[in-house]
Parts: sequence; structure tokens; C-alpha cells
Amino acid sequence: MGIEQRLDGAPGVIVTSLEGAVNWGRTYAMWPMLFGLACCAIEMMAAQASNYDMSRFGMELMRPSPRQSDLMIVAGRVTRKMAPVLRRLYDQMPDPKWVVAMGDCASCGGVFNNYAIVQGVDEIVPVDVYVAGCPPRPEALIHGILTLHEKVRGEKLKNWA
Amino acid sequence: MTDEAEVTLEELRHLLSERALTGETVLLNMGPQHPSTHGVLRLLLELDGESVISCIPDIGFLHTGIEKNMEAKTYVKAEVMTDRMDYLNTVGNNLVYCLAMEKLAELDVPPRAQAIRVILTELQRIASHLVWLGTHALDLAAMSTFLYCFREREMILDVLEMCSGQRMMGTYFRPGGLWRDVPAEFEQAVRQILRVFPARVDQYEALLTKNPIFMDRTRNIGVINGKDAVRWGLTGPTLRGSGVNYDVRKAAPYSGYEQYEFDVPVGTGGDVYDRYIMRMAEMRESLKIVRQALDKLPTGAFRSNNRKFVPPPRAELSTSMEAVIHHFKLWTEGFLMPKGYVYLPVESPRGELGCYLESDGGPKPHRVHFRTPSFVHLQALPLLSKGHLVADLVAIIGSVDIVLGDADR
Amino acid sequence: MSNHLEMVVEAAAKRFGAQPAPSKGQQWLIVKPERLVALVAALRDEFEFDFLSSLTASDYYPEDHPRFHVVYQLYSNHHNVRVGLRVPISGPKGAEMPIVASLEGLYPVANWHERELFDMFGIRFDGNSDMRRILMPYDWEGHPLRKDYPLGYEEPQFTFNFDDIQVRKHSGRYEEA
Repeated sequence: MGIEQRLDGAPGVIVTSLEGAVNWGRTYAMWPMLFGLACCAIEMMAAQASNYDMSRFGMELMRPSPRQSDLMIVAGRVTRKMAPVLRRLYDQMPDPKWVVAMGDCASCGGVFNNYAIVQGVDEIVPVDVYVAGCPPRPEALIHGILTLHEKVRGEKLKNWA
Repeated sequence: MTDEAEVTLEELRHLLSERALTGETVLLNMGPQHPSTHGVLRLLLELDGESVISCIPDIGFLHTGIEKNMEAKTYVKAEVMTDRMDYLNTVGNNLVYCLAMEKLAELDVPPRAQAIRVILTELQRIASHLVWLGTHALDLAAMSTFLYCFREREMILDVLEMCSGQRMMGTYFRPGGLWRDVPAEFEQAVRQILRVFPARVDQYEALLTKNPIFMDRTRNIGVINGKDAVRWGLTGPTLRGSGVNYDVRKAAPYSGYEQYEFDVPVGTGGDVYDRYIMRMAEMRESLKIVRQALDKLPTGAFRSNNRKFVPPPRAELSTSMEAVIHHFKLWTEGFLMPKGYVYLPVESPRGELGCYLESDGGPKPHRVHFRTPSFVHLQALPLLSKGHLVADLVAIIGSVDIVLGDADR
Repeated sequence: MSNHLEMVVEAAAKRFGAQPAPSKGQQWLIVKPERLVALVAALRDEFEFDFLSSLTASDYYPEDHPRFHVVYQLYSNHHNVRVGLRVPISGPKGAEMPIVASLEGLYPVANWHERELFDMFGIRFDGNSDMRRILMPYDWEGHPLRKDYPLGYEEPQFTFNFDDIQVRKHSGRYEEA
């Protein structure tokens, strides 16, 4: 990426690759969908609140509607009754979309190894980042989001279609 | 695409009015994913324009099978699952389960442990009411309250983290007392909260209590009278807003609550505004209790000495053979609970949280059932919301203060 | 035991054939299923037990008589006393499920509690207006809290059994649309 300056010192033209520009745009304005299911939702709300502000990283607000969001943070345990709903919401999100499995229950079923809980939300939707913890601290969630940002910044043109 | 089971209109006939079947009223799904339902609650609304004719709550989207899973684990290992039921009142869930175990095993709890339990339970009550206030106000479009409440909540979560190592799911209370003694910084941190908090509660009240928009949206909404509230099983601030004075901390005191002086606020109207006033007053009363408990905090042991149930301190393991044997027994098989059954209620921020614990003499519980207030309060939702607008329904759900983990377990 | 509670236990034993079974300082009564509604109506109307605190059940498989105990907790706010009732019922015979009379007519709060027991244990409540599943999905088969229903435990996947477990996992039900 290069910056060419005008003769009077003001920044003139920024030269970069299409991938760089698009990935930069996607990373810095990624809106999560409000998908808090259980206890991790409370830590997600705490991460959104003023002490561990997530809007510093571009997630100014959470969109309840899947049609208007890019990122689904599955925060909490997914039961077998909720699983079809989760899949339907994932299908309703427009591309490009990413999924963060927040917490142990979303990653692998967590503490609950029984008839009612889906053992890891990757049985249903493809997951990009897993954040461990029960519940993960807000800082851990933010670390997970930043890891996702790095992953997105590394995406290539040929993978977009 | 997905193979979901569907319920036909015929099966729900008895819950809807006849106008739904002809199509005169609209059936709208306020689905499990919704910003204002405070969790995964599905409501099937029958609407005539904007007003709600009937509303059918559909729960179970967070049913975790905790009760069955606890039957497969030993008593202390199962306590970890109780945190995750009502996740805003984690300390209270641990408390009810520990009290039930202690009653069944006839285990003593030293006074220092009881006082610390009271302090942490009341702090947790304040934290839960803060989340309630933040989300309730957020639903009614007062967004700054949400940010203020979470700022205060961080202070309380710091105290919980200091004691148990975890902000939310601490599992700090164990049968016979506490997991470990509170650290040296505990008293100072709690005193800081006591110093700072009353002014903050004044701030929230200044934002909302006399606010004309808030009052318009909450006055005369979701009214229920005392007699109906009792018949429909409401408890806690939801019941006290309707004028019935029932608080488990006064009716059946546990963990030393009888030593502390506090009032139980009781309202008159039974509408959303009254329930809001109840919870704000309860936050102040909780501060009073914490102050008294901290001033009177006794010194001494933090856990019972009964080695059949409580592990010995690790330092003893190098000197005493019995300590090693007790440690071994408790860590491999777990303690054997005497046969019997007990039902123990406590006052959670939502209402009466009860634990029915039955033992068959083995190391694992035979049956654990939690009578959770949110499950019962959701049943009353159709009654509370009849005739109101959809926007009022949001206020009503917020005022009843449900937590779906509590309702579905 | 307070006076009120003594009167209650005496009346229950004499008029309704209930057996007192105190446990850990709490008062419990064992009631036959036929006398349940009459006893609870008397408790509510004469003895002012206005709260039905809790309604649950306990499974004693493999014993069959009784297979379940349905457990009720009643509370009187005015007198501040609690009493628990236990109703022993026998297990399912073939396709027929055990039936107990519903308390919905006396306490509307019993509705969902009984639905939960139907869902979790398979106990039908005669007189409940809405006998459907509440916590499990609508088409679920089986009653999870019964002792003969498995926990549904997923074994940890190690390298040697990875493929076996992968085949049996639920993935594949929810494929890319």
C-alpha cells in the first residue's frame, strides 16, 4: 500500500490492492448479529458496554436482523430445539458472513454432554474462530474478534466467490 | 432444508380465540431470536392490529437437561452445573443447592462462612438488578442507562473474581462453607462499592423515575392484582409490586439473614412501574444488608470441620493419615449423602428459587429439581399482556425479569 | 411444629388418609392419588395454603410399585407454614401412561408444572387443559428424566474411534442448503 502526497503536503492518493481495500472495509465495519443465547450473552453485552468497548473495533452496534449483519457470534449453548432456528438464521445472513463460536458450549458442548445440547455449533454452521472460556472474559472475546479480523485480512480474491 | 417439527393451528386451538381460526386476527411469531425477549423465548402472538389478544409462550430453546446431568455426577461436581441455570444469579443458585445439601446432610456452616455468603448473595442481587435495569431501559429506548449499569456491574464482578477466580460462574460456595477464605483486599473492595453505589442508584433514579416517557410507557401496563398473582405463582418483586408481602428471607430465614435489619418494599399498583420501584428499593436494601454483614463479619473457620463431607486443608495432608484417607474418599467416590428428601427455598432476584433434593444414600443425587421463578412467571405472561400493544409487551417482559436459563434449565 | 401445621397434619391423616412422613425438620404427607384433589382443595380453602410452590416428580425405576412419586409443595403465607405432599403412582403399562388428577382447577400455576412432568416423565394429568410437550421439541420421542432414558452422553473422539463416532454424530442433519 502506498500513499502519494500532493506538493502542498496534503495526502493525495492511496494505492493498494483490491483485496486489501475490501478486506480492510470488511474488517472495520463488521456488524455482529444479536445472537446471545445464554450466559455468554451477558459477557458479550459486557464486552459491548463501556468498560471493554467493542465499538473501538468497528462493532458499534449489534443488528438483531440477520439480513443486516455480517458476523454471527454464537454466544451460549445451542439446544436441539434451537438448532434448526440457528441454521435458518445463518442461511438468512447475506455473504460475506463469518461465525465466531463464543464459549465452551458453542465450541464443543462445554460442561453439558447430554441429550439436549448440540455438541459444538460446528455440527450446524461452519465456524471461523473458537473462543474458549466458560464464559470467556470480554477481553478473550475481543481477542477472538481480532483474530477473526486477521483471518479476514488474509482472505484472497479467488476465495470470494 | 431443515427438518423442523411444526405445530398446526389445530393443536393450538384451545389457546387462541375463534377469530384466529377465521383469519380475522394475525398470528405473529416473536421468534426465539429477538432483541427484546431477553433470551431465547418464542412468543406466538395473536394480534388484532397492534393489540395482543392472546400470547402463547413457547419455551425450551435453552433446555439443557441440567437436572438429568446432575444425577450422573457426584454432589460437588454437580454444583458446577447450578451456576449455569440462572446465569445472572450464579451465586444464588450455588447457595440454594449448598443449603439443600447441608440440610439433607445436617452439616453445620460456621458463622463467618454464613456472613460471607450473605454478602456475596446480596452483591449478586444488586448485579442482577443492574442487568435487569440496563436491559429493561434499553428495550424502552433509554440506552445510556444500559452503559451506566454495566459500569457498576464491573465493580461487583471484580469482587466475585477476587474471591472465586471467575467473574460469573464461580462455584465459590461449597457444602459446609466456602471453597477458600476471602482474600485480604475483599473488605476494601466491598467498602468501595458501599461508598460509591448509593450515588449511582440516585443517578439511575434521576434518569428514569420521574421521566415522563418512562412513566407513560410503564404506568398501568401489565397490571395484576395480588390475589391473581398468588394463584399464578408469582413471587419476588413481581409479586410484591402487587401488594403481597412474601419474601423468603423474612419468612424462612437462611444463612443468618435473621441477624440483619432490612425492609421488604411492597407496592400497591401491580403494574410495570411498581415493579421497577420495587427493584430499585431492593438494591438499596441489599446495600444495607451488605454493610451490616461486613461490619459484623466474624472471624474463624470458613468451612465446616466435618471431614465426611468437607475436604481437609492441604497442609494437613502431610501430617495426618486420616486427612489423607478422607481426601481420598472425597476425591474418588464423593461423600455419601444420607437417604431422604428436602425442599429448600431461597429468595433469588427473580423470586422464590427452590431446590428439591432427594438422595438414595449414594454419592450422586437421586433427583434434583429446581423450582425456578422464571418458569412460573412466564406462565402468567398471557394474563399480563392481554389487551396491550406489542410495544407494551416488551415492557411487560422486561418487568417480569425472566432469564431463560432459569426457565428452561 | 406450629399449631396450624399440627391441625393440618391431623386433618389430613384423619379425613383424607394421608400418612405423615416428616424428613429433616420438614413436614411431608404421603397421599393416595384418589384423595389428592380433595385434600388439596381442603388445604387451599380451609387451611389457607394459597401458594403452590413446586410440583415435581421422582423416578424409582426399576421399582414399579410405586414407580413415580409426584411431589407437591404448598405454602401458606398467612400462617407461614409449608407442607409437602407425595403421591406414589405406578409406572406405565405398555402404551398407557400413568395418570394423576390435575390441580389446574385449584391452582392455575400447576398447568406448566404438569406439562413439564408430562414432557420429562410421561405422567399424564387428567384435567389439564394443555397437555403438550413444553421443554423438548414437539416431535421428540421419549421422556428424558426417566431413569431408563439414557443421558445421551457423547463419547470423546480419540484417533482410534474417530470415524465410528463421526458417523453417529448429528452433523449431516443440518447440511448446506
